[in-house]
Amino acid sequence: MTDTSAPPSASHRRLTFISRRAPFGEDYPRACLDMVMAAAVFDQQVNYVFMDDGVHQLVSGQAPAAIGAKDLSAQFAALSLYGVENVFADRQSLLERGLENAVLSIPVDVIDNACLQRLIQDSDQVFVL
Amino acid sequence: MKITVVVHTAPWSHQASATALRFCQAALKAGHVIHRLFFYYDGVHNTSTLAVSAQDEIDIPAEWQRLIREHEIDTVACVSSALKRGILNDTEAARYERTASNLSPAAEISGLGQLIDATTHSDRVVNFGA
Repeated sequence: MTDTSAPPSASHRRLTFISRRAPFGEDYPRACLDMVMAAAVFDQQVNYVFMDDGVHQLVSGQAPAAIGAKDLSAQFAALSLYGVENVFADRQSLLERGLENAVLSIPVDVIDNACLQRLIQDSDQVFVL
Repeated sequence: MKITVVVHTAPWSHQASATALRFCQAALKAGHVIHRLFFYYDGVHNTSTLAVSAQDEIDIPAEWQRLIREHEIDTVACVSSALKRGILNDTEAARYERTASNLSPAAEISGLGQLIDATTHSDRVVNFGA
């Protein structure tokens, strides 16, 4: 069951992962996070973007244990250890949800639509979950 | 063109699985190469050999198996997605002491690294159902 393939030595791609779902209703947020971690382990250049309901994942002080769910923020805290420094939140999504002043569990760059467009254009591959 | 195809949905719950199947058929017919077929999330259900479809409906897992065999497509079911959903090969069934295994012999169980690896070696990665 373990992944025995060696990380590619020469191939570095710019991969952008866009997480668009609320944290605990579905398992997609974790599926996206797992992809981000795998890409980081394989030494790819990663952009991790939270938009739409996905920005709710970033809000600090959640208590997922109350519903038997795992705490995503513990893994978010490990992102920088994995070399994932480019973490973004979509400004419009934060505004629409009244989260523009919310305390977030990790530091993120708040970006506008134009910036997101550039990120996507400059990416070799985009995954949206 | 070298294409990696990622399927995120179970057959029947979403049209995406059947669309992915047709996409692969069309791409191969047009002379492209499917570098790797990666089943993630609910997509691992496409690799079950235990699903029984209605007689007047397309048997999507069987169609996948036929396509994979015919074109010898490198096919992976994500390990973390598969185990939780009860998609097991003999090794995993024995390891976790389950009563049956059901993974299509046309697929193997492996990690997300296989998706990242495929991404770096493909011209395109096409996602279905995400």
